[in-house]
This record gives sequence, C-alpha cells and structure tokens, in this order.
Amino acid sequence: MTPPTAAEIPPPPSRSLAQRAPDILVWGGVILLLMISFKPVEMGHLVRLFSNSENMRQYGQELLRPDFAQLPLFIAQMWLTVQIALWGTVLAVILAIPFGLACARNVSPVWLQQPMRLLMNLLRSIPDLVIGTLFIVAVGLGPFAGVMALALNTGGVLAKLFSEAVESIDKGPVEGVRATGATRLQEIVWGVIPQVAPLWTSYALYRFESNSRSATVLGLIGAGGIGQLLFETMNAFDYNQLSAIVIVIVLAVTMIDMLSQAMRSRLL
Amino acid sequence: MPAAAVLSIRNASRTFGLRRALDGVSLDVHKGEMIALIGPSGSGKSTLLRSISALQPIDGGDGRIQAFGSPVQENGRISGSVGEVRKRIGFIFQQFNLVGRLSLFSNVALGSLGRIDRLRGTLGLWPAETKAAVMAALARVGVADYAGQRANTLSGGQQQRGAIARALVQRAKIVLADEPVASLDPVSARRVMEILRELNRQDGLTVVVTLHQVDYALRYCDRVVALKAGKVVYDGDTEGLDRARLIDIYGPEFEDVFWEGAPQ
Repeated sequence: MTPPTAAEIPPPPSRSLAQRAPDILVWGGVILLLMISFKPVEMGHLVRLFSNSENMRQYGQELLRPDFAQLPLFIAQMWLTVQIALWGTVLAVILAIPFGLACARNVSPVWLQQPMRLLMNLLRSIPDLVIGTLFIVAVGLGPFAGVMALALNTGGVLAKLFSEAVESIDKGPVEGVRATGATRLQEIVWGVIPQVAPLWTSYALYRFESNSRSATVLGLIGAGGIGQLLFETMNAFDYNQLSAIVIVIVLAVTMIDMLSQAMRSRLL
Repeated sequence: MPAAAVLSIRNASRTFGLRRALDGVSLDVHKGEMIALIGPSGSGKSTLLRSISALQPIDGGDGRIQAFGSPVQENGRISGSVGEVRKRIGFIFQQFNLVGRLSLFSNVALGSLGRIDRLRGTLGLWPAETKAAVMAALARVGVADYAGQRANTLSGGQQQRGAIARALVQRAKIVLADEPVASLDPVSARRVMEILRELNRQDGLTVVVTLHQVDYALRYCDRVVALKAGKVVYDGDTEGLDRARLIDIYGPEFEDVFWEGAPQ
C-alpha cells in the first residue's frame, strides 16, 4: 500500500453555519433569557449580602449557640416526620405499582396508557405543599395531611419512574413465560416484576430519602412533625433553639440518606 | 399411513416493511417427527417458529396456522384461545429466556402455570405435584443440583437445559426450539441436541428445531425443511440433502454452515 499523496487526503471535517445554527440558537436563547430575568428576580440585590453583613453576623452568632434543652421533644418530632415520610412513601409505592404498569407502553394497551399518563402527570405537577394544604382543609391540621400529600405526589413520580423501568426490560423472559400458556397477569408477575424489582426498590428508597426532607417542609404548613416546630420557633425569634432543631434535621436526614444509599448500592 | 398433522401451516406470509420474511409457507408436521428447519440468516426460520406459537402475528389474508386441530392464528389475527394451544407447546429460545433473578427451580415451575390453579400460579404457591415434576425434570436434563441458584448465575448450557425442563414440566406435546444451540459451546450444544433427540424418541414428543449448523440437522433429525428468502425450498429426508441442494440453499459459501466439514 503506497501512502496517499497530499492531494488525496481529505481536509478535516468542519461544520457549516447551517449545522451550527441550532447550537447558536440554543445558547443565545439561554443567555437572552437570563438577561431578561435579571431584573424580575432582583439579582441586583446581590450586593446586600455584603452591605448588610452586620445583621448576618448577629444572626450567625445566635445560631452558633444552639439550645438543646428540649432535645427529647426535637427528637420525638423528628421521628414523627420520618414516620410521615415512611407512610407517605409506602402508600405511594402501593399506588405506583398498578399505575406504573398501566403507564408502560410494552405492558398496557393504548386506551389505558394515555389516560393513566395524563393522570400521573397531573399528580406530579401539583406540588406536595398544595396537596397538603388541600388535605389540611379536608382532614384538619396534623401528620395525616402530610402523609396524604406525600403519597399522592410521590405516587405520581414513582409511577413514571416505575413505568420507565418496565419499558426498558428485556422482553425475552416475558416471552418465555408467555410461551408456557400463562395469563397476562402471570406474565407480568413472573416475567416483568422480577426484572424491575431492584430498580423499583432503589427508586422507592430514593423517594423515601427525599420525602424525609419534604415532610420537614410540609410541617411549615401545619402538617405536624419537626417542620411545624421549626416554624413556630422561627416565629418566636428563638434562634438558639432554631439552630438546635436545624442540627437535628441535618443529622437525621444525613443518616437516612446514608442508610438508604447503602441499601441501594447493595441492590444494583 | 402417516399420523394426523399436529401442526398445520397453510400459506403463511409475514412482511416486515418491504421484506417478506415468510412467503406463502405451507407445512404439515406429524406426531412424533423430529424436524430441522434450516436456511441462511434472514430466511424466515425464526419467524416461522415464532408464528407457530403466536409470539408473532402473520400477515392478513388466507394464511392460517393450526395446532392440534385448533386455530393459532388466522387472517393476521391471533386466536383468542391461543393460551390453550401454548400450554401444549414448549418453546426453547436461543437466549434461553429464563427469568434471570429467579431461581432455576422457580423458572422451571413456571412451566406448570398453564395447568395449575390460576391464583396459586400467580402467587407462586406451587402444588406438591409441580414441585415433584420440577425436580424430576431438572434431574432428567442433569441440572438438579443447581435448582436453588439464580438462573443468571448458570452457564448457557445449564440455562438451556433448564429451559427444556420447563417444557417438560409444561407436559408439552410439541417442542419448538429456535436456535437452541447457537449461543452454546460445542459440548453443551451436543448435550442439548441429545436431550431433544431423547425426548423425541422416548417420550414421543414432536420436535421442530431451527439450526444454523447443518451437521446437527443431519445427525439428529429425520426430516429437514429448508427455507430461503421466506420460501420452502426443500422438504424431505435428511439423506436427500446433498451437496448440490446445500449449494442451492446457502450459495457457494455453504461450507461455512458446517462445523466439522461439509460432505463431498
């Protein structure tokens, strides 16, 4: 083989303006959007972080002296928050299994799939704070409203994640089960569920982590737990206690994160 | 006098886009036969086999497939009672198609789904009869020691033997095997072919097997059906498959389809 002459070697590839146009459009659009939104979100106030630093310093000093006198109460309330997250997540999983299967393209018929997807989109798009407020009106202040808010919102999220896991399965084992003369339900139970079980469990654990955080926030609207206590303490300007509560929350949420991550890494 | 046809395929066609994978195939399979389905890649072997178990529909029109005298599919529609037919047809896949995270035992027990109580089958509450049948089938194909292991921890040959055990637990009268040895090493491949042959000889099962290697077709089967571009180009005794016929089916490179040298 003789080496090609200089004339035979093609030039390196270059992208024409037409090929680059989409890139330019996307990046230009993002920059334009940022410029338009600069004023409405008051980004100009960035300097106040420094001009008002004296306030920050005083606030910070009080926060540095946490008051743990009521620690048993904090822990009890934190535990309640975790319990809200636990029930919320479990109810969400119970919702998400049938709905997730009903949303999956490879399992469910079109007439069922489309309305189910719409319903799940709706559940997901309503923030849990809004659902929580609705339930507080319906069932009164307290943890149950928080549980219901988490269950519905997370149910919508998990249904989508579950259905995506189902859509990515290997269809071979399902055909293997089908070929034995199994019913549709048996195909799902034996062919689909074993394939998605690790991913589903992992998603559920991950949602339990993030629900422990959400449950804290739900306390702010009166759905019980440590969040409610946090809100009351904040309103009383008791920054020493506030600081102690925040420390309890951070420690508890970190512990749940670590525990759940350890469990998830064993699954996959 | 030949026994009644257990499988009857009439004028079956299947089109994928512009390509005709099956082009008016007609075939009768009689009880107790062991048939090799051969042909080059893309000749429609797998499509034909999968259509018989209605894992794939055939085109509309006058094409129809019957098993045990009951319709499997007609006019492009899969029969509503296909479940009843599938119960009596075991299907062996090239990729085994066991459920990887279930134990070999559970996988083989799935073979009984068609004949045990629906609720028990769905919940996995296997009756004692199923459990005994599973262990007997696993022992027969020689993998009983691995019953408790997850299927995806087993070798290809072990998994394929598990798949055959599943067909045994199913009490299948017909076994359709789609490239059962294409993913196996030669030793496992021979073992699997021998088991299929034994089921055919001793248990009187009807076996239809698609094969890439013509050696196996010649060694283990009595009748060979060759497909080329979706049409049946040979249907007859293994002995009739001489050099000229093979060149006709596979083209001049036909020697590639032998593992141990082509006949002269």
